[in-house]
Amino acid sequence: MPVQVQGEVLSMRRVGAYNAMTIVAPGIAERTKPGHFVALQVGGAESSMMLRRAFAIYDVKERGVYGGTVEFIFSVHGKGTAWLAARRPQDKLDVVGPLGKPFRLPQGRVNATLVGGGYGSAPLLPLAKVLRERGCRVDFVLGAASIDRLFGQLDAKRMSSSIAVTTDDGSMGERGRVSDVLPQVLDRTGCDVVYACGPMAMLRAVSELAAERGIPAQVAVEESMACGIGVCMTCVLPVVGDDGVSRMVRSCVEGPVFLGDRVRWDDVGTVPDDVLGAPQSTGGGH
Amino acid sequence: MSELTVRHAEAAPLPDVDLSTSLGGVTFPNPVFTASGCAAAGQELDQFFDITALGGVVTKSIMLAPRSGRPTPRMAETPSGMLNSIGLQGPGIEAFLEHDLAWLADRGARAVVSIAGGSVEDYAKLAMKLRGRPGLAMVEVNISCPNVEDRGQVFACDPGAAAAVVQAVRRNTDTRIPVFAKLSPDVTDIAMIARSCVNAGADGLSVINTLLGMVIDTATMRPVLGGVTGGLSGPAIRPVAVRCVWQVHQALPDVPILGMGGIRTGLDALEFVLAGASAVSVGTTVFGDPTAPVRVLHELAHALAQRGFGRLEDAIGLAHRPPEIYVPEEPDPVGDDQLPLVRQPVGFEEER
Ligand SMILES: Cc1cc2nc3c(=O)[nH]c(=O)nc-3n(C[C@H](O)[C@H](O)[C@H](O)COP(=O)(O)OP(=O)(O)OC[C@H]3O[C@@H](n4cnc5c(N)ncnc54)[C@H](O)[C@@H]3O)c2cc1C
Ligand SMILES: Cc1cc2nc3c(=O)[nH]c(=O)nc-3n(C[C@H](O)[C@H](O)[C@H](O)COP(=O)(O)O)c2cc1C
Ligand code: FES
Repeated sequence: MPVQVQGEVLSMRRVGAYNAMTIVAPGIAERTKPGHFVALQVGGAESSMMLRRAFAIYDVKERGVYGGTVEFIFSVHGKGTAWLAARRPQDKLDVVGPLGKPFRLPQGRVNATLVGGGYGSAPLLPLAKVLRERGCRVDFVLGAASIDRLFGQLDAKRMSSSIAVTTDDGSMGERGRVSDVLPQVLDRTGCDVVYACGPMAMLRAVSELAAERGIPAQVAVEESMACGIGVCMTCVLPVVGDDGVSRMVRSCVEGPVFLGDRVRWDDVGTVPDDVLGAPQSTGGGH
Repeated sequence: MSELTVRHAEAAPLPDVDLSTSLGGVTFPNPVFTASGCAAAGQELDQFFDITALGGVVTKSIMLAPRSGRPTPRMAETPSGMLNSIGLQGPGIEAFLEHDLAWLADRGARAVVSIAGGSVEDYAKLAMKLRGRPGLAMVEVNISCPNVEDRGQVFACDPGAAAAVVQAVRRNTDTRIPVFAKLSPDVTDIAMIARSCVNAGADGLSVINTLLGMVIDTATMRPVLGGVTGGLSGPAIRPVAVRCVWQVHQALPDVPILGMGGIRTGLDALEFVLAGASAVSVGTTVFGDPTAPVRVLHELAHALAQRGFGRLEDAIGLAHRPPEIYVPEEPDPVGDDQLPLVRQPVGFEEER
């Protein structure tokens, strides 16, 4: 169950093109599992930014000297993340978390391939740790636009049997996309399960490559969110349910982790005609 | 529930103010409600605070059939507000009754069920479905919907159509359950629409729904929202909402108003009360602050106590009283003789 707490910035550091922020946020760390996210208020009490910002949880410490902490990795995208990047230790932050459905862990010692794009590798690192503790084999495929947008490749290397890196500009690893190298990795490692987090186009490609091989893929999506707690209905995407019926589901509470073959990638951003309650004609209202 | 979920301000006892409020014959323990579409059906918020502590929980507008809503993006943040084009996504009335209303009733919350339809007939059927349901405290009629029988003309913008919907709902609702009509600010004369709703049997009015707005992405050079236009909400619309509450209260001083539009603090809520609202809904603020409704309740109670009110009721519509002419009872005894009785003209040096 999520909690809303007044947190305090413990530390900020730069990691390549990203910022890593650690917040003392009692009550969140002990409930967090890999794949959970936090939602932060931005801009202070009189902020003109009314909506929360969502970030995948990277690292948690249940009790440090200062109480439980939560760390996340973010890039400056717009006004809210620019404000966050300007925070300093001891600044107060209102945090809600842990939110969403985390990655589901496999039963038994299986071979897992973890695919991260950009800051999407952040939630995969704690996942790798848990998988290793359970005796799973872990292989990483990390990709980014350029070397400064790769996150965590050293930790990933340390925690895995193998790591493949791609960058769009070739500044590190192979020039290209994760989907260029993923097929070999899946086949070479005898992969049983794929976990992925990153841009939607990457998740789609990963889901399709896994599905072609009959490998289940769990992917953490990133949809625009206003509340992060399930009350506003802005973060929906078309997903096929266990009953075979497609619905517009909230990625903040029913996700962000979905089975890759259940997301209707072609139809993201639309309301396909066969989803439950699809309009006969385009109606209005809100 | 963990002690962490409720912060200290909310955990403190309420000051000794009678917060109870009467809405169309039903007394609610306090005047702070959620807003339709900003609290789902209460379950998610109940993780953060005890939803039975609120006056009532206003549920997302429900339609007869399940509805998928509009394509994404459905939201754009705007200065001190947001645009939304959710498109009334919901499970349909049957699933709502079975899961959501039943849960609210079990939980002991006072449910204000918001209903929406495409025809007068839809609204009548929805009202019938709600008859005799445990947990139902009030019905809010969302008339800001396009009338499929009238070229998509929004009910709330036409006094005749608005009245027809309200009458159909009132006729099909248990007599002890108040029916509130929710007004749109996107009209020339909101008091006129209010009056036709009341004449058609509305026990009260919810004021206001969102304002129609639009944002264009200057990079893609297209509208941001999948639905092209959307409803504007949040503190950006608060002055418009206060004005609407004022005008409706002025026209119909005996009709209870559930006021809303950008309420973020207890003082914001007090503004609505002073303008004429008997209760308020906290909407968009919840997205940034899930515990906002209880916080607003506590802040409002303190604001009333600080101003010497023993009862909320005494503050309702108070801003409408005629201006007082301030007559000092006797001249200020202190310091008067030190002030020059006649001001001396003051000269200034030339600028050098
Ligand atoms: C589950 C989840 C996990 C995420 N994890 C990370 C992470 O680990 N690191 C990171 O850098 N970013 C992450 N994001 C994206 C991050 O939330 C956005 O970059 C951020 O909200 C942008 O805010 P802004 O004020 O800078 O941009 P603006 O464009 O000004 O934001 C305006 C509004 O749109 C919403 N919004 C805009 N872009 C996004 C987006 N991509 N996703 C969700 N909401 C958006 C914001 O919440 C805000 O309400 C995650 C998003 C989700 C949904
Ligand atoms: C995301 C969202 C969804 C909404 N859905 C509904 C709805 O289903 N029915 C309704 O009557 N009003 C709906 N509203 C309007 C609110 O109930 C409220 O009238 C309006 O947002 C103004 O209050 P606020 O500024 O406090 O949000 C919605 C508002 C938002 C932001
Ligand atoms: S972000 Fe509000 S319901 Fe998902």
